[in-house]
Amino acid sequence: MTETSGRAPEASTGLSPATRDRIRRSKELYPSARSAVLPALWAVQDELGYLSPEGLAEVASELNLVASEVEAVSTFYSMYFQHQPGRHLIQVCRNVSCGLRGADLLLSHLESSLGVEDGQTTPDGVFTLEGTVECLGSCGGGPMIQVDRYSYENLDFERADQLLDEIRARGSKSGGVARNA
Amino acid sequence: MPEARVLTRHLGKPGLTTIAGYEKVGGYQALRQALRMGPEAIQAEVKASGLRGRGGAGFPTATKWSFLPRGVFPRYLCVNADESEPGCFKDRYLMEEFPHQLLEGVMIAAFALQVSHAFIYIRGEYRAQRELLEKAVAAAYQAGFAGNRILDQDWSCELIVHGGAGAYICGEETALLDSLEGRRGQPRLKPPFPAIKGLYGQPTVVNNVETLSNLPFIISEGGAKYAEIGTESSPGSRLFCVSGHVERPGNYEIAMGTTTFRELLEMAGGVWRGRKLKAFQPGGGSMQILGPQHLDVALDFKAVADAGSALGAGALVIMDETTCLVNVAMRLVDFYEHESCGKCVPCREGTYFERELMHRLEAGLATRAELATLADICANMDGRCFCPLGDTATWFVMSAFKMFPEEFERHCGAGHCPVRAGLEAAA
Repeated sequence: MTETSGRAPEASTGLSPATRDRIRRSKELYPSARSAVLPALWAVQDELGYLSPEGLAEVASELNLVASEVEAVSTFYSMYFQHQPGRHLIQVCRNVSCGLRGADLLLSHLESSLGVEDGQTTPDGVFTLEGTVECLGSCGGGPMIQVDRYSYENLDFERADQLLDEIRARGSKSGGVARNA
Repeated sequence: MPEARVLTRHLGKPGLTTIAGYEKVGGYQALRQALRMGPEAIQAEVKASGLRGRGGAGFPTATKWSFLPRGVFPRYLCVNADESEPGCFKDRYLMEEFPHQLLEGVMIAAFALQVSHAFIYIRGEYRAQRELLEKAVAAAYQAGFAGNRILDQDWSCELIVHGGAGAYICGEETALLDSLEGRRGQPRLKPPFPAIKGLYGQPTVVNNVETLSNLPFIISEGGAKYAEIGTESSPGSRLFCVSGHVERPGNYEIAMGTTTFRELLEMAGGVWRGRKLKAFQPGGGSMQILGPQHLDVALDFKAVADAGSALGAGALVIMDETTCLVNVAMRLVDFYEHESCGKCVPCREGTYFERELMHRLEAGLATRAELATLADICANMDGRCFCPLGDTATWFVMSAFKMFPEEFERHCGAGHCPVRAGLEAAA
């Protein structure tokens, strides 16, 4: 709740005033400003799509930390990106429950429909495909994919392709926690 | 009847994600009652309920609370919503369907422990659920259930939703605390336990989402009534996640202790496609495998331990007769290798070599000598790692090897997966 030092004049780093404001509000929420590191990194990534060096520097300066320290924290967590991913992130859960219900086949199918391999981004920059992820907590609905923040469960190949077509056509982040795609 | 209704007693009522809807079914009355009772009476009620933690270890909740040193403030409550155990999707369900039941439970615990801040640490992958919770928390502040002078009492407590960013290890309570402090989420040496030195070095309690979601019932109906459900060693009800090769995967709330795996499997419609059961995991990806001979074991902490496994986080994963257990073991080892935090050598190096060997074995390329090496590596990891992640990275592999040695041996030098080849030949 307490500010420990005065704020340096703002450098021009490309973060919007709204993102900067979000970082400051996070900082005020916690008994210790350092607790705001993860929320601040989320704020940067929500705006830029990844953690740019400038974004990391700005988080560090706002929270009175060294930039390398903030970077060291950020690289521990698999959901923070060091490079710009595609506009939509497709995560295919292949853990035990989804694996038992055909997740490997779904990943292979998506690789061939999108023309990319696990970890790659489509040439048009629309989709990044990730098949090496944690269990995504949809074990009752496997096989499933998570696109951006939303889960699509009980997928077969046809429905998965339809879903990607829809997302491509919509062109923006989608809404709703879909239990059945 | 194995079914029970504590956590899901309001299921199907409209508007439960809003305060108005939740209040229509009596919501937030337990918090009002708790504030009248006072911290000691709440703790006594929780003790009478016999409630044991639902995050995996099954530690008695009232005992955990009692470890907080008297008179040391500030204190903190952390709610573990980092649900990441393979096969586990119950906390997600509780947050999506009954967010205010959770928040009421959190505030009851926060008052009983006299904390100044309650944090809900939710995994990064649950972004949509985090946003639902943030909305519910904002509404709770608006209604006076959190913040300054809660319900006009002389007690204030902040309620904060904190999003993780993709790290299974942050479900381990001390790694969770480091992550919440803005660090890499690596576990801390215990002791000191969080109750003595936790968040920011202050006394801290870490409780699971499901554990705290039981509190409104325990306060409004009484601890004794909660204890009547289930048995003495496993009181109350529990949400079990059933997944894998079953007809109706999902969350099932059942009385603990009295229900058997067979009954739970029947509730979920039995093994899918009319197939036979080969094996199952009773407590999520980390726990040892059990076989059809264990179906009549009760869902009781002690009974499952006696059978050689553990209830863990409450996730039943069913595997039918077509399953290759070497493949399942490889999948789980991949997961642990990916999620090892790198802090200690036995886990960091052990999971790496485990993974290399499991991939060779699954492809039919490993020799029998390599199979012995795998067993040796696992034996040198189990009990020698800094935290349970490294230990549990060996449990499924070793228990499956012990129960189905012939299946592992048949893979050696076969040049392919013999289970898959057998199925293809039969088809």
